[in-house]
Amino acid sequence: MTDTDILDELDRRIVVATQAGLPLVPEPYQHLAQEIGVTAGEIMRRMQRMLESGVIRRIGAVPNHYTLGFRGNGMSVWDVPDEQVTRCGRLIGDLDFVSHAYHRPRHLPEWPYNLFAMVHGRDRTEVEQKVEIIAGLLGEHGRAYEILFSKQILKKTGLRIMGER
Amino acid sequence: MDSIDRAIINRLQDGFPICDHPYANMAAQFGIEESELLQRLERMLEKNQLSRFGPMFNAVKMGGGLSLCAMQIPDADFDRIAEQVNAFPEVAHNYARDHRLNMWFVLATETPQRIAQVLAGIEQVTGYPVYNMPKKEEFFVGLKFEIRSG
Repeated sequence: MTDTDILDELDRRIVVATQAGLPLVPEPYQHLAQEIGVTAGEIMRRMQRMLESGVIRRIGAVPNHYTLGFRGNGMSVWDVPDEQVTRCGRLIGDLDFVSHAYHRPRHLPEWPYNLFAMVHGRDRTEVEQKVEIIAGLLGEHGRAYEILFSKQILKKTGLRIMGER
Repeated sequence: MDSIDRAIINRLQDGFPICDHPYANMAAQFGIEESELLQRLERMLEKNQLSRFGPMFNAVKMGGGLSLCAMQIPDADFDRIAEQVNAFPEVAHNYARDHRLNMWFVLATETPQRIAQVLAGIEQVTGYPVYNMPKKEEFFVGLKFEIRSG
């Protein structure tokens, strides 16, 4: 991480003001500017800079899979050889039914899996079919896998990455 | 939900402009008025078809900590432990999953160092070990999710 990635006080205020969402008004950046007490131009420059540095991944809409009829979300977890994990991860990440794919540490002997892929489908059967597609893609590198379906949401707050201070 | 709603969801996963009148700019692409786009977004957020509209932040790039954690909790103890875990403000999402490791949650903290402290706190309060699984590499984030009719 370089010094330019570190957010200053104004950046922080922009994050706090937008982490619940962008204002739904014709001039949202102007609206934020008034709330924060700087010019709209400054807000837009800062947000552009945060986009370029990757602090903001993107500005946009996050669909709710569940409400939109994709009720069979399953976390598929894979044991692949460590030297193949990047190649396997990229293969999986390119699939349009996978929303997240990560290389994570194993916890042997309890947890042998090092590759995680969240798979979305209309129901469990569809998720299972899609996981079969992944198994086919990985071939011999997919040494073992499981699908962990969610039973219940115990807590879901927006990712409040920055509190008011 | 009609074809314009679906177009909005599909197109707005790609990004949103930073300019004086971004909604007017996007509305023109859908062939609708700015006010109609705002109403549609408001309605889809209210109905929870969209869980969010706005900037998506990368907690790690912001200097924060983020991790996925799992625990193995006996059924008889599950609700009590869930309550204890959820009481930590750093626990952002928590899911019950049908596996031997049956509780999975995301920790989001203001600094990377804080992850270890919160984990230790959860282990101390609950008396159960926490498996920490921070990402080592990320291959894709943010679904390109085509909503189709029917």
